[in-house]
Amino acid sequence: MSDGRPVRIRYFAWLRERLGIGEEQIELPAGVATVNDLQLWLRQRGPAWDTVFAMSRTVRCAVNQQFAGPDVAVNPGDEVAFFPPVTGG
Amino acid sequence: MADVRIAAAAFDVGSEFAALTQSRTDIGGVGCFVGTVRGAAGGRALVALTLEHYPEMTERALAAIAAEAERRWDLLGCRLVHRVGRMVPGDPIVLVLAASAHRQSALEATAFLIDWLKTRAPFWKKESFADGTETWVDARESDDEAAAQWGADQAAIC
Repeated sequence: MSDGRPVRIRYFAWLRERLGIGEEQIELPAGVATVNDLQLWLRQRGPAWDTVFAMSRTVRCAVNQQFAGPDVAVNPGDEVAFFPPVTGG
Repeated sequence: MADVRIAAAAFDVGSEFAALTQSRTDIGGVGCFVGTVRGAAGGRALVALTLEHYPEMTERALAAIAAEAERRWDLLGCRLVHRVGRMVPGDPIVLVLAASAHRQSALEATAFLIDWLKTRAPFWKKESFADGTETWVDARESDDEAAAQWGADQAAIC
């Protein structure tokens, strides 16, 4: 359940371009407790969101700036980021 | 001990080497890797490469990678510099320096650092081609395999 603090969500690389947004703050929706829950919730926003997050093999996540798998918890006040597999170096 | 830095401007390998080794007489060897921008990708002429990153996470990730190298090898110094922003063919992108008393640890740690950096630090490359098109670079399985050879990891989620 939300305690009033927002969740900051950030998007990088082609996710940012396809979704047309770099970051946002949302109130944690009811029933969203994990990264996977949040992705499912975001997919309901429309076709572009559904398409991007349907590509689960190519979408990675970090919670509070640590790489995070689908089962990692998301809590009020967290920073969650979605991005493609990294290609630095 | 490790010194990690994100930079928009080009770095100078000589200056970085000097900063790592100055006033030191315990170092017996320094491994060095410099990644540079190639002028073609997939047979097409490249005019620029743009590196995006996740600012608050990047330095933390690089520091964690350097700490792991220091845990595995007896290093006397370690320096990572990674550029972000727009670069052109021939430009340096990334620098890895690892100093040790002996060459084997210095060279192994250097290879480890660049392999892990490629799969664990939040950077993304976008290629701009001469024909005006732009594409985000896909992660390579060969990079995952190179990182995996060093063992013990959560690479699957990175």
